[in-house]
Amino acid sequence: MRRWLVSALMLLLGRRGRRLPEPEEERVVPAGARDARAESFFVLLLFVAAVCAAGFIAVYAIGELPHRTQFLGLALGLAFAGLAAACIVAARHLVVTEELEEEYSPPEHLDEQEEVVAIVEQSGSRFTRKRLVKLAAGAAGGTLGAALIAPAVSLGPILDTSAFYETPWRRGRRLVDDAGEPFVASEIVEKLFYTAFPEGAPRNDFGAPVVVVRLQPAELRLPSDRNGWSPGGILAFSKICTHAGCAISLYRTPLFPPASPRPALVCPCHYSTFDPSTGGDVIFGPAGRPLPQLPLYVDTRGHVRAAGNFSGPVGPSWWGVRLKDARP
Amino acid sequence: MIKSAVRFLDQRSGTAPLVRKTLRYLFPDHWSFLLGEVALYAFVVLVGTGIYLTLFFEPSTAKTVYHGVYAPLRGVEMTHAYRSTVDISFKVKAGLLIRQTHHWAANIFVAAIVLHMLRVFFTGAFRKPRDLTYYIGLTMLTVSLLEGYLGYSMVDDLLSGMGLAIGYSVALSVPFVGAEIAQLVWGAPFPGDPQFWSRMYIAHVFLLPILIATLIGLHLFLVAARHHTQFRQRRESEWRLVGVPMFPGQAPRSLGLFFSVCAVLFLLGGLVQINPIWLWGPYEVSNGTNGAQPDWYLGWLIGALRLVPSFDVTIGGYTLVPNPFWGGALFPLAVFGILFLWPALERRFTSDQAFHNLLDRPRDAPVRTALGAALFTFVFMPFLAGASDRVFISLGLSYNWQIWFFRALILAGPPVTYVLTKRVCEELLAGEVVEQRRRRVEASA
Repeated sequence: MRRWLVSALMLLLGRRGRRLPEPEEERVVPAGARDARAESFFVLLLFVAAVCAAGFIAVYAIGELPHRTQFLGLALGLAFAGLAAACIVAARHLVVTEELEEEYSPPEHLDEQEEVVAIVEQSGSRFTRKRLVKLAAGAAGGTLGAALIAPAVSLGPILDTSAFYETPWRRGRRLVDDAGEPFVASEIVEKLFYTAFPEGAPRNDFGAPVVVVRLQPAELRLPSDRNGWSPGGILAFSKICTHAGCAISLYRTPLFPPASPRPALVCPCHYSTFDPSTGGDVIFGPAGRPLPQLPLYVDTRGHVRAAGNFSGPVGPSWWGVRLKDARP
Repeated sequence: MIKSAVRFLDQRSGTAPLVRKTLRYLFPDHWSFLLGEVALYAFVVLVGTGIYLTLFFEPSTAKTVYHGVYAPLRGVEMTHAYRSTVDISFKVKAGLLIRQTHHWAANIFVAAIVLHMLRVFFTGAFRKPRDLTYYIGLTMLTVSLLEGYLGYSMVDDLLSGMGLAIGYSVALSVPFVGAEIAQLVWGAPFPGDPQFWSRMYIAHVFLLPILIATLIGLHLFLVAARHHTQFRQRRESEWRLVGVPMFPGQAPRSLGLFFSVCAVLFLLGGLVQINPIWLWGPYEVSNGTNGAQPDWYLGWLIGALRLVPSFDVTIGGYTLVPNPFWGGALFPLAVFGILFLWPALERRFTSDQAFHNLLDRPRDAPVRTALGAALFTFVFMPFLAGASDRVFISLGLSYNWQIWFFRALILAGPPVTYVLTKRVCEELLAGEVVEQRRRRVEASA
């Protein structure tokens, strides 16, 4: 151990002793003048960065501290700012900014191009039936490619849109609120907006949530085939916008009558606006088809129940979505 | 010390000539050439902060009840994805700083790419031999939009859930294959199979970052192979490059820019709140919130979706093209299609097959500049329209009237911009000719 240390020391000293003053070599980078002030400033900035970085560690280490995120960001940000400033000082005052010139590389290499083409073409010269070879290679490559892509079909159902039509609503299913309590017809008031779910069914599907509003029965202009769908003026519609699948969560009533004479259901994503009094027709915005209406009836205990499924498929449209009937 | 390191490396890798060449690689000097660098450095910050976030984020839709430190959410049922992000924000030390820095970096990353692209477009830098570089850059922009969207969608808060519903509806709206695309990606009708979260996660933290990194590598390789373009200033010519060498001139500038980007991002991340997900709450299909806005780079798409009037293409009661297709799919396809086709179109219509190492000033190519400005207007009007609900909420201007106004603007704006821009370019050029003549006359007098 000691011998090692001694020999290492000797080596170091020996090297030192042998070092001669370096001869003035030919410079590649021009010398430039010394700038002592900039150099001091550069060093100072690096120390500032070091202090800020240490501050970051300190803030991190302290347990509870009000505005910890702010202090952490400030410390780290200023540490980087110090480094950035130091680099900029170095760029402007401490290294030489040479302006050099050179040629752009040649636009093309004609000889090499020709040689590459020759190599490829001549290498294939023993293949004589070129078209057949191409066909075979194409068949192998194409089918193998298809084979490798085929398992992607496992990602999801394909050529099967039946699930889009499914909703949990059946005749007799009660409308319940957030807490699972059934809606009582007499407690539903005008100018309010309720969200209802099918009792005993999953809620996180497009088919489940409905909005419930109450209008004056005399105000209603429902299509003739929806007689009896709105007991006492209570209407229910799918809560999912037929445009882009967001939840209809705005009920525009009452409002300044000249601008918006009738109550309207509005989606907050792209402001598709639906008229509940006419059965969910689009009166403004991008939606391409009406909001599906859920037929209702009131049972003997006064609870609101679905009288069947929606008037059309719920949720955003896909090509082939049927404008009229949903599955029963 | 330096000598022995250089010798060590060269003896083992034989790269001394390459290193020498790299150190003296010339960078033409112009501030606008730094925009791409800003994007690159934001990407570095994204990768760094992103790796940290993956150590705490749980991409799972399994339900749990929150019992964490943020009192208003206690007792609320939510997915582990959302819960773990709330925990990153409140429980993990420095977690909120890193999360917010990551989000800010994403916004600035895309912003820098867009500004860089505008610079490249309006100076004609995309012309041969740099058209391939331009295509790669554009591809990176599209991938980055998707990457950013997935990033904030994975969190499963109310805002991002609404964004996913819209994305699903746009996928669904593609004619003939929409139902297949949506079900293959989501695994089931919305909100999709739990596997969808695994898919988003692996795409966001692995597939797309690797793709972007690969494209960055190709992009930089092509830039270096053909060298930078430059503006015509003093001694530059089509074949003579004037610039500052990488070392020692350019390196401290680039490093300074890198540290500046880091500084700005971490200061933003620490001091300026972004996407406070704990305020939105967890997403449920039946919930929505008013005044919802995506990250800025999707504003043009939400605006386009809002501007399209109620209009489905239907045949005999069957829908052929549902509405979200127009604003959510066709519009971006058209914009990116034009951008991708542009170099070929310009070559075709100007019969300009030459190599270009010198840049145009925007005024030097009035038609290109005017058409570019028109396309920009075509994108910028929907972008503004995307904020019309915020304008309604804060200023009370009728939403419906704003939409009609923007519907008119998106049609009238581009042609007007075209005419105006072309005129301005031509006037600037004519003014220069007059100025030159005046100088000549003065010199001879």
